[in-house]
Amino acid sequence: MATTTFPIAKPKGGAFLLEQRQPHEVFTPEDFTDEHRAIGRATAEFFAKEVAPHLDTIQYEDKSVAVGIMRKSGELGLTGVIIPEKFGGMEMDLTSMMIVGENIAGDGSYAGWHAAHTGIGTLPILLFGTEEQKAKYLPKLASAEWVGAYCLSEPQAGSDALAIKTRAELSPDGKHYILNGQKMWITNGGYADLYTIFAKIDGEKFTAFIVERSFPGVQPGAEEKKMGIRGSSTTPIFLDNVKVPVENVLGEIGRGHIIAFNILNLGRLKLGPLAIGGCKDVIAIAAKYAKERKAFGKTISAFGMIQQKLAEMAIRTYIGESMSYRVVGMIESHLENFSWDAPDAAQTKLKAVEEYATESSYVKVFASEVLDFVVDEGVQIHGGYGFHQDYAVERAYRDSRINRIFEGTNEINRLLATGMLLKRAQRGALPLVQAVMKLQNELLSPPELNLGGPVGPFVAETKLVENAKKIGLMTLGIAFQKYMTTIDEQQELLASITDIMMNAFAMESGLLRAQKIAASGKNAQNATEMAAVFCREAMDSIEAAAKVALANCQEGDALRMSLAVLKRFAKYEPIDAIKLRRNIAARVLETGKYTV
Amino acid sequence: MKIVVAIKQVPVRDSQLRIESDQRWIQEDDLGFEINEPDAYALEEALQLKEKHGGEVVALCAGPSRATQTIREALAKGADRAIHIEDDNLRDLDTFGIATLLAGAVKAEKPDLILTGLQSDDLGYGQTGVVLAELLGVPHATIIMQVEVQGGSIQVKRELEGGWFQHIEMPLPAVLTIQSGINKLRYATLMGIKKAKSKEIKSVTPAAAPAATAVLERVYVPQKSKQTQIFEGDAKSAAAKLVEKLKFEVRII
Ligand SMILES: Cc1cc2nc3c(=O)[nH]c(=O)nc-3n(C[C@H](O)[C@H](O)[C@H](O)COP(=O)(O)OP(=O)(O)OC[C@H]3O[C@@H](n4cnc5c(N)ncnc54)[C@H](O)[C@@H]3O)c2cc1C
Repeated sequence: MATTTFPIAKPKGGAFLLEQRQPHEVFTPEDFTDEHRAIGRATAEFFAKEVAPHLDTIQYEDKSVAVGIMRKSGELGLTGVIIPEKFGGMEMDLTSMMIVGENIAGDGSYAGWHAAHTGIGTLPILLFGTEEQKAKYLPKLASAEWVGAYCLSEPQAGSDALAIKTRAELSPDGKHYILNGQKMWITNGGYADLYTIFAKIDGEKFTAFIVERSFPGVQPGAEEKKMGIRGSSTTPIFLDNVKVPVENVLGEIGRGHIIAFNILNLGRLKLGPLAIGGCKDVIAIAAKYAKERKAFGKTISAFGMIQQKLAEMAIRTYIGESMSYRVVGMIESHLENFSWDAPDAAQTKLKAVEEYATESSYVKVFASEVLDFVVDEGVQIHGGYGFHQDYAVERAYRDSRINRIFEGTNEINRLLATGMLLKRAQRGALPLVQAVMKLQNELLSPPELNLGGPVGPFVAETKLVENAKKIGLMTLGIAFQKYMTTIDEQQELLASITDIMMNAFAMESGLLRAQKIAASGKNAQNATEMAAVFCREAMDSIEAAAKVALANCQEGDALRMSLAVLKRFAKYEPIDAIKLRRNIAARVLETGKYTV
Repeated sequence: MKIVVAIKQVPVRDSQLRIESDQRWIQEDDLGFEINEPDAYALEEALQLKEKHGGEVVALCAGPSRATQTIREALAKGADRAIHIEDDNLRDLDTFGIATLLAGAVKAEKPDLILTGLQSDDLGYGQTGVVLAELLGVPHATIIMQVEVQGGSIQVKRELEGGWFQHIEMPLPAVLTIQSGINKLRYATLMGIKKAKSKEIKSVTPAAAPAATAVLERVYVPQKSKQTQIFEGDAKSAAAKLVEKLKFEVRII
């Protein structure tokens, strides 16, 4: 279902740093087709009627209720969105999958079930399975008749996934692999029927296996007692001489890491819409509470500091949403004539996703941190009641925290994001070095006199975005000059650089979206104000991060010179952010929800 | 059996409504829209009748271009095709005008049965179905809770007041206005949404309709007519104050 046409000239991964994008070249939620919107509404309706009434049961009494609900959602197609029709799926685009994710994210526990099943539980087979494996397992997964799970982590191997100890040995007759070991933290673990399990053949060759729950020797352990998403199932999986037929090796022997990393890329991106769905829910809950709660003879929604919170929640949600769907659109731009019938269909899809691994890491980090911010302020708006189990925001607060940990911790993603950019540059896939050198030359020439440059809407923000990228490139260049190939070991520095680049990408995504709305003739005031506030706020954190990074790489005159350049790039004329936030909050309060 | 279901697009339930500055209607900018609730039940009833007896379900909607969304959803749920009487100024018409437009479209279809919702969630006149029946010259029944097809006629159950029901046998064709809750609504499925894309929506420009004789004068939020007063103090003194009020102010005891 290639329902959207993307005018983007398929940007290279990471190229946002070097190129200037035009508003019409980015995909935004405003570009959703009628089908996309219908899918969103259908999913939201299902969630409201079938999931929401059972949240307490799922969380506190019987989590397995979620399995029945998920199967029912399978009747609507919600568990088979991108699976080909011939395997019982809906054969829709990635955007549709993201929209479904966003609309089941009103509860962290249920989202855990659904996202693990449809994501890490299903995608390895969809994208790496043979025709036989797909025909055998996908129809059961598409309908959620079978629940899927993904077993990579082990007690001693989380971020360091390649350190797994689970072993696989070929049986003497060559018909089976015998698996032994223990997996840890497996989402859906206690109720899954099908596991993708990573093990090392002969303790060496990292390989994925498709393992049915019914194979003798597969044993889920007890449910973990978690801080949040308590209604999701998380268990260890014990593997005791499990005989797995050789036909159930998934992908190539010794190349299981390809599966693991590719599935993570998509999972990271999808965490964007999931987190943003959660944000929207909490904003609505907090706005409602703020309008009801009275203090000092007023509703607390009348207080400036409460408005400031609601506005900031909306602004960051807007930015996270803009980034998420922008990246989804970049991927879709490579999949315009995609067909599952093509022999290399899965490869095409994977390559498109992998191209934007850096951007997907940005989405993962940014969106998970936005959600944490939003739930935190959501609790604060509720005062003491936010600390009480009877209020939905309390659960949202606990449920949010896991997002910074799984799908690669935010630390790992911060390292990867810049690390992958550097690798691309080394491979010659991204002219990063040239861009840095060009910038350095530019810096040597005297600064342009800024005598009444262009004015008008978006001009100041466009300049900010441009300068944010320059700060990123400059810092990266200086860091690389200092550390060269050992830069990998400078974690704090890499993370600072990631924060600068991520914020530049965030600013640009929000800005281009506002411009695109304005260009369409629709009312863009809200988006414009949100982008305007964010661009300046982000520039402040970019400047702070760059200062720390530069001071680590240079000293004396060199440092002073760099700091002077930084100051010039980071400079902007402040706007009345207090007033703009009040406007933004007024719209949240008026509509009772996040709107753009 | 060929069934035409008239559906209307209305603002999403529980929307925060704001009134236009000219007080003629509500602001539609930030509103979401959906199928009028009783119409959703009418559509569901039509789909179930089709599943039992075969035939075709045609969704008929008079509304602005944005109503396409609601029409597509009807198609996604299983309607076979749709007719959209498309006009952005239908609000200038009254019930008689709208029913006239609908009647024109229905006549061309020659259906066996026409279903509408009992009333619309936005205007709540509850007349469109009835007027439509009159214009078509066919019998009608309102507030329908159950429909059974028996050969060339139907047996329907109407809701009366006070828990009473009326059972009627009616000839076909007929117009029924359906009560909410008569059946269990199905969800739109993703496959349905996908298939809806290739189903026909015939867009027709409205024929001349009679000018409105009933005009919406002013839209406003009802003024609070009740006032609550709380008597402080212990029960005894509060009761004494209450008696005083009832005697001398309200003068009812
Ligand atoms: C609720 C829940 C559900 C989960 N579901 C699944 C699942 O379905 N399948 C699955 O396979 N796994 C799952 N996981 C596991 C999850 O992916 C891991 O917990 C995660 O990858 C982190 O690994 P760890 O817990 O071992 O932490 P560690 O890797 O030990 O990390 C500890 C800390 O050290 C930091 N750190 C680690 N390495 C580095 C480094 N090189 N540089 C800097 N900092 C570093 C981390 O960022 C973190 O702050 C789940 C976990 C939870 C809690």
